[in-house]
Amino acid sequence: MSSFYGPLDPAPDAGYADPPPRKGFFTDTSVCIGCKACEVACKEWNAIPADGYNLLGQSYDNTGGLTANSWRAVEFIEQPLASGQRSAPFAGAPTGPSASATSAVLAARTGQDTGTEPGIEPAPDPTAAAPAAEPQFLGMPGIDLPGRIDDPDGVRRTDFRWLMMSNVCKHCTHAACLDVCPTGSLFRTEFGTVVVQEDICNGCGYCIPACPYGVIDRREEDGRAWKCTLCYDRLGAGQTPACAQACPTQSIQYGDLDELRVRAQERVDRLHEVGVGEARLYGHDPEDGVGGDGAFFLLLDEPEVYGLPPDPVVTTRDLPSMWKTAGVAAAGMVALVAAAFVRGPR
Amino acid sequence: MTAPRAGRSGDGRKGGHRPGGEELAVPPAEFRSYYGRAVLKAPVWKYDIPAYLFTGGLAAGSSLVAAGADLTGRSVLRRAARAASLGAVGVSTYFLINDLGRPERFYNMLRVAKPTSPMSMGSWILAAFGPAAGIAAVAELAGALPHRGVLGLARRLLPTAGRAAGLAAAAAAPALATYTAVLLADTAVPSWHEARRVLPFAFAGGALASGAGAGLMAAPVSETAPLRRLAVAGAALELAAVHAAENDLGLLSEPYQTGRPGRLLRLARTLTAAGAIGAVAGRRSRILSILSGAALLGGSLATRFGVYEAGVASAKDPKYTVVPQRARLGAGRPAGAAPKDTGAHQQG
Repeated sequence: MSSFYGPLDPAPDAGYADPPPRKGFFTDTSVCIGCKACEVACKEWNAIPADGYNLLGQSYDNTGGLTANSWRAVEFIEQPLASGQRSAPFAGAPTGPSASATSAVLAARTGQDTGTEPGIEPAPDPTAAAPAAEPQFLGMPGIDLPGRIDDPDGVRRTDFRWLMMSNVCKHCTHAACLDVCPTGSLFRTEFGTVVVQEDICNGCGYCIPACPYGVIDRREEDGRAWKCTLCYDRLGAGQTPACAQACPTQSIQYGDLDELRVRAQERVDRLHEVGVGEARLYGHDPEDGVGGDGAFFLLLDEPEVYGLPPDPVVTTRDLPSMWKTAGVAAAGMVALVAAAFVRGPR
Repeated sequence: MTAPRAGRSGDGRKGGHRPGGEELAVPPAEFRSYYGRAVLKAPVWKYDIPAYLFTGGLAAGSSLVAAGADLTGRSVLRRAARAASLGAVGVSTYFLINDLGRPERFYNMLRVAKPTSPMSMGSWILAAFGPAAGIAAVAELAGALPHRGVLGLARRLLPTAGRAAGLAAAAAAPALATYTAVLLADTAVPSWHEARRVLPFAFAGGALASGAGAGLMAAPVSETAPLRRLAVAGAALELAAVHAAENDLGLLSEPYQTGRPGRLLRLARTLTAAGAIGAVAGRRSRILSILSGAALLGGSLATRFGVYEAGVASAKDPKYTVVPQRARLGAGRPAGAAPKDTGAHQQG
């Protein structure tokens, strides 16, 4: 049986005798331009159903997140905050409250029928998306750059930045979805990735709450669970996954995971050198709670700002102790029944 | 200037007092998020699953009661409990298959046996329990068979087969009652995973209480003395374990106290306590026994729905994902640094 926890190479651990090097994605959000070519390429190659034409009011993100029908999802975060090089490009820009707090509240109230479940739901508390703000018309699309003009009501805008990030399945070293799948539909490939076999999945839905990143999701029209396969079919033919192939800025880099980790470290060091102190890697560490991600990221803010868990852990890490606890409770049941029937009058 | 946060807990969360009226020990949480949206995907299961949590427990509790009644010569109770067990396990199977996205592929559950998947283990437990409970219940029909011929032979063999099958079902029953707690806890759902040390006891207690409750409703008072003791023990275990989930998990106890799950669990507490008291008080009253049994069943049912819905609520609000994980990082003990199954408690 494979290990539940800690750093390891998943393909040999899953029983492959002589697997190829582990493959993965390094998504460098500092060069993402939000073009969504990755989303389109993924949908095209994998023949994923459309999820409608929707406006979420969530900055320029109208996908909303990863679902059974969106295996790459580009996020847009509007921040009233100068980027790393805050002086030159923003010199002379107005200052004061930005529109982004209100747009955040509007966005948080918006759900979208993605044809999947649970899909993208409205935020449980829309006001949590922004500090005290009244909802108001977003003003998009407009002619002027956000943050460049003053509000007609005399409210001045601040410096402003967008964070853009193409989210994807993390292909965890210790994948909870795979661990809990009762049919063996989810499996570990020879490339160390995690893939659903659609001819096996019976739609039990257990993988969905097991994922610590909220990635895998069920498609309503066919009842099965779907997620990124890291283009398993393309990998087998020596091809690059569709999203990485389509990415015009090499924000999405595909390759051997070992090499990607080195490249990512060089990139984050370089960004620190030029003054982007907020650059950080996410999911690169084999010592983290999921044993490191096969798809990891360079972020420019805290992970939760991108909707990522700050310290994810694979739930099956605690499974042995949970079985033991259940065993104690089960033994207690037998003891209580025996005590109830053995002693006392009829 | 401090940068305004991309998303933090809003002023809608006035900490301390909730509409439910409880005083919370946890100060209002501040956290950042992606437009307030959930980090996790909530379970997609329909009401079949919390209903199954109840019927599976009832089947398990009833088969234990049936075995006890069989071995101590309480024939009416044995017959009723075996019938309840078969009925409950039959309904359970329906719920489990009905909840699948592809019900016609339910048999894929028996394609593999995976200890890392509580659902796989549960499928095999149910596959062992169901037929045994079925044979035990069918054996009760022996008395209706003719004395002669092939059916006469069956009439003589069935009671022995029924006892063996009933004991086999009782042997599988504790696993059937408790694996569902592991199934819920073995997810990223914050309030379920954090309750992993108490949920098996809540479900074990609930199974005993509901098994005793069904017996109290069906059997005459002359045969139900053990059930009264069992009702009190099961109810006490269930109440204590749910109390721990409601109070000992820091921020992650909040979903058990507030909103609809909070109301369900308060209702469950009232029903279960009333049922246990009534079970003892009604030892000479058939009516009071029936009412107590119904209250115990209702309490167990409400507990399962309350626990289930609390978990769903905790998955839908990014607060319950982000705040405990941030606290873990802030305290310098990230998940990766923690030795097995320690350091995760009381993060909220």
